[in-house]
Amino acid sequence: MSKRSKHQRTPTFEESAEGYLSNTQLRRNIGHATHTIRDKRAGVVAEMPDWEKLREAGAKLKQRTMRHLDKYLVQLEESVQQAGGQVHWARDADEANRIILDLVKAKQVEEVVKVKSITTDEIGLNKALAGEGIQALETDLAELIVQLAEDEPSHILVPAIHKNRAEIRELFREKLGNRELSDKPEELAEAARIYLRRKFLSAEVGISGGNFAVAETGTVSVVESEGNGRMCTTLPNTLISVLGIEKIIPTWRDFEVFMQLLPRSATAERMNPYNSFWTGVEDGDGPQEFHLVLLDNGRTKVLADEMGRQTLHCIRCSACLNVCPVYERTGGHAYHSVYPGPIGAILTPQLKGLDDPSAASLPYASSLCGACYEVCPVKINIPEVLVHLRGEIVKKKEKEGSLREKMDPEHVAMKWMGRTFRKRSRYERAQKVARSGQKLFTHDGTISKLPGELSKWTAMRDLKPIPKQTFREWWKTRS
Amino acid sequence: MVRLLERLGHTVDFPMEQTCCGQMHYNTGYQEETIPLVRRFVDVFDHAEAIVAPSASCVGMVKEFYPKVADLTGEDKLIQKVDEIIPRVYELSQFLVDKLGVEDVGAYYPHRVTYHPTCHSLRMLKVGDAPLKLLRNVKGIDLVELPAAEECCGFGGTFAIKNADTSMAMLGDKIRHIKDTEAEVCAAGDNSCLMHIGGALKRQRGGVETVHLAEILASTEDENGEMDHE
Repeated sequence: MSKRSKHQRTPTFEESAEGYLSNTQLRRNIGHATHTIRDKRAGVVAEMPDWEKLREAGAKLKQRTMRHLDKYLVQLEESVQQAGGQVHWARDADEANRIILDLVKAKQVEEVVKVKSITTDEIGLNKALAGEGIQALETDLAELIVQLAEDEPSHILVPAIHKNRAEIRELFREKLGNRELSDKPEELAEAARIYLRRKFLSAEVGISGGNFAVAETGTVSVVESEGNGRMCTTLPNTLISVLGIEKIIPTWRDFEVFMQLLPRSATAERMNPYNSFWTGVEDGDGPQEFHLVLLDNGRTKVLADEMGRQTLHCIRCSACLNVCPVYERTGGHAYHSVYPGPIGAILTPQLKGLDDPSAASLPYASSLCGACYEVCPVKINIPEVLVHLRGEIVKKKEKEGSLREKMDPEHVAMKWMGRTFRKRSRYERAQKVARSGQKLFTHDGTISKLPGELSKWTAMRDLKPIPKQTFREWWKTRS
Repeated sequence: MVRLLERLGHTVDFPMEQTCCGQMHYNTGYQEETIPLVRRFVDVFDHAEAIVAPSASCVGMVKEFYPKVADLTGEDKLIQKVDEIIPRVYELSQFLVDKLGVEDVGAYYPHRVTYHPTCHSLRMLKVGDAPLKLLRNVKGIDLVELPAAEECCGFGGTFAIKNADTSMAMLGDKIRHIKDTEAEVCAAGDNSCLMHIGGALKRQRGGVETVHLAEILASTEDENGEMDHE
């Protein structure tokens, strides 16, 4: 599925989109899945008379957390240590991987079990472990599917959303050696269960992500649907949890807000089937060694940008993916990031920086329809941040762009139109010039073919020519 | 819109000095370029009692983003002027229903019509069902519900060109839903979205016209309710 190998650099969104758009099976799978979750979410959200107040509370809590992140992080470190856990600070992906590798190598194991964690995907942990001969086994069902298929996740919460049951049956038949398997969900789940249970019982080290870390108590929490995460975080003797520094919440009580917002927004459930909380280590119960790795990897840079900061409020519910008309049609792989969809379109370029052409193409992967903002449980104004990032890209181009970049048709057109709109006379003259110029392209009162960049418009759409009498000209005849 | 507002007894002025609200520049990232356009807007419309536009996205630009553009300049005077003018800026259906309290504008339009609520009217301005209230009161109209109405048509300004393939995939679905209604006319409150939808309908010989909400509301029995094709 990934087109990465064909290009030297990571392709931009528009370069990849075309291939995914023409994959009708993929369109069907993702369209069906996103519409199902979307409709269910709308239903469970409508049950809540105080939903808007909850969203407001979630947004305010996150704002406060970000404002005092320094204080809360130190508090979290102290709480975790007091509860018998160890805290490690990682500036970037390399540092995080080195910390985790050292911890795992000290245990002399060849395999670790993992519960779905996008943060570890962000740092490329599995690859780093594999480099040292350690196999990381994904235990979240969907992550397992993606791993077995040697594919990449395409959704934050439903990583195998691009696959349907028949495709999964084929995969399991081949990889799990069960030839008789049907595509009944129960049978598929059972096949995975048998495979995973054996792994859980023998694993020495578990690696998890986390939805929340409570500064006040040092508690880390994972919410999930399958219970595989709970096994990952309770059965192995050593547990390593990797969290971005923005996942912190100040107090235990704040769960009241987030545990209402998250499940309804994410899986359209009133409550997640499995909500796990662990605080340091407990004698004779669960892991006897607990490590919390706190990851920056660009987050403090995001925090420094007043407008972009709200991106860090994200609780990874994926509601924005499920309502996004762009994501629905291209799927997650076109974003070339572990964070796809609308939230990815603002998070990825901020984490990776705008020098990365693939990341810098993402703020444009939106029609700014606003559906994401409407469903966001912590009120991240995604369209606003998209436009802000586009502004940053233009500023960068003006400051350090090459002559060629400044001669690109969009840049030239924007500059020229900017000048034209500043004066009535120029504006009216431009209308007249366009009206005579369009004669070249007008046939039977319609423009069906335009040159250059504009041909992308006329690929599917006709254009009405400017009429013989514009509104302005008509208005003049009245007065 | 002029005919409609005058029929309702209002005096309409069109200040010739106006040009463009700057939305295209702002949304494409050329925020600096919008500063002179914001200045122009507040000067040109300074004395108007109400500023009405038949475009939700232009009104959205003024209401949502003009304060941000004014902030960019750091000029207190401009910030204040923008703050003062915003409450007087209305999208057409909001002006009629919310400000004037009119739902029946006395229009006559004997056609099968489906209404596409544009993204900015729906999610930015939150016009709600104001346009539908107006349409339901139009005599002779056969108003049919558009499936998946709230989904974007894929226009998105420069998005339609920059990400043309994705935009066209979105548009394709919108066109399919419109055709499913068997309407003669697809109406909306934004000419940009109508240009996008209409462009594809025309290309496909879809047999469906795109008509702005204002045109429908302006049609009366005297003018025999003929569709204005210009």
